[in-house]
Amino acid sequence: MTEMFSAAAWRKVWTYRLTFLLGLWNTVRTAFLGLLLSVALGVIFGLMATSGKKSLKRISRVYVELIQNTPLLLQMCFVYYAFAFSGHSLSIIFTGVLALGVYHGAYMAEVIRAGIEAIPKGQFEAAHSQGFGYVSTMSEIILPQSIKIILPPMVNQVVNLIKNTSCLYIIGGADLISLTYSFVTGATTGGAYAPAYLVSGLLFFIICFPLSTLATVWETALKKRERAAVPKDDTERMVEEA
Amino acid sequence: MIRLENVNKYFGDLHVLKDVNLEVGEGEKLVIIGPSGSGKSTTVRCMNFLEEPSSGHVFIDGRELTAKNKTKMIRENMSMVFQQFNLYPHMTVLRNLTLAPMKLHHKTKAEAEELAYHYLDVVGLRDKAHVYPTTLSGGQQQRIAIARALCAQTKIILFDEPTSALDPETIQEVLDVMIRLAKENITMVVVTHEMGFARQVADRIVFMADGQIIEEGEPEHFFQNPENERVKQFLGKIIR
Ligand SMILES: Nc1ncnc2c1ncn2[C@@H]1O[C@H](COP(=O)(O)OP(=O)(O)O)[C@@H](O)[C@H]1O
Ligand SMILES: [Mg+2]
Repeated sequence: MTEMFSAAAWRKVWTYRLTFLLGLWNTVRTAFLGLLLSVALGVIFGLMATSGKKSLKRISRVYVELIQNTPLLLQMCFVYYAFAFSGHSLSIIFTGVLALGVYHGAYMAEVIRAGIEAIPKGQFEAAHSQGFGYVSTMSEIILPQSIKIILPPMVNQVVNLIKNTSCLYIIGGADLISLTYSFVTGATTGGAYAPAYLVSGLLFFIICFPLSTLATVWETALKKRERAAVPKDDTERMVEEA
Repeated sequence: MIRLENVNKYFGDLHVLKDVNLEVGEGEKLVIIGPSGSGKSTTVRCMNFLEEPSSGHVFIDGRELTAKNKTKMIRENMSMVFQQFNLYPHMTVLRNLTLAPMKLHHKTKAEAEELAYHYLDVVGLRDKAHVYPTTLSGGQQQRIAIARALCAQTKIILFDEPTSALDPETIQEVLDVMIRLAKENITMVVVTHEMGFARQVADRIVFMADGQIIEEGEPEHFFQNPENERVKQFLGKIIR
């Protein structure tokens, strides 16, 4: 741990700062594209799980269970090598987006399923009784209520997704963790373990912490809005009754 | 207006509706009474396919209701008022009322709001337009739910125990609204335990027990000389 306090080690990290920034950039764009894919898959499979159609429910279940009960590392290797051996070599970034998107899509699907199932049956029935079809029931009535339930765990998934870009290391990725590792073990750059990992960790924190904070704030704001339009006399009456 | 033809409904092995035949005329006020678990809700819910009959047919205005056409048929012909109100909690009262007219009935915002205010006046709650439903009392929420049903301007409104979830002191305000509604040419099917209301409003009363209609008739007949022993017992218990 002595290098922690060694000015030389810190200087080395500073000299190679672009390496860290490049890693960060790769991590962020992989995570962002992976996120889009995972949300798309989550919505599709989450809706399938709550569709009430047995066959769709089963397909969704199989996807979720397969993905949740095998390691992400394995899935990532599988995607990478399966395509490599079939002669369609995928770029590392693309592999990462695909594997992370599919992996977190399964968790997103569960989050969305839970969010929809938390809405009382009466809401679906009221929509039905007014003549709303499936799409408008979901978009106007159910999902706007689910979003508060869905949002916090979904942001947790985003944070996990960002952290899981580190799995790209196994296929020789250029994400933040992989580049940090090459840096500390490199022939010319090696040695500055603690400073390098501290910097790398800090970069992750800088990205992830505001996200979780944002989600909390958003959630509170959404909850508050439902009470916002209560006129004063009403609030008083409710207080009196209570 | 509504016709149930040999409607059967099973929940698993449970035979809940047994060959129910029922016709409701245009503008008729039909009240369904009977002990709990006798299939009253299921009967009404079959009328708008909240429950699909296991066998038999449902006709609305002469056209058969099917899984395929239900959304359109419901939109054009009927609305429903529930025991638990089922207002949309994430929308203001006004939005609750204008949602379907705007999204389903192609009304402009201005038209939908005019309609909404009109029916808010009908239920006496114009001042609550910008409030969220959960801040209202049960009775007020149910009056809003009735206004929401009215905003669809359909010929049929189904009521499933609209006052059963209310505090005793707010029941009457909802009944008053319904009594006023009954003067309009709306077809009303009402499941209720409010015998005073039934007596005052019903054109016809249907008594259900064990998934069957075991007696039906005009209120006078019903309350003065019911034929069926079970009806007598039930009325004896409910009207002390
Ligand atoms: N979704 C359901 N699944 C299973 N059983 C049900 C369901 N809905 C109603 N039932 C049963 O069907 C019977 C009739 O119910 P219901 O129509 O609600 O009666 P009522 O409205 O007259 O009290 C009851 O025994 C009830 O338990
Ligand atoms: Mg019932």
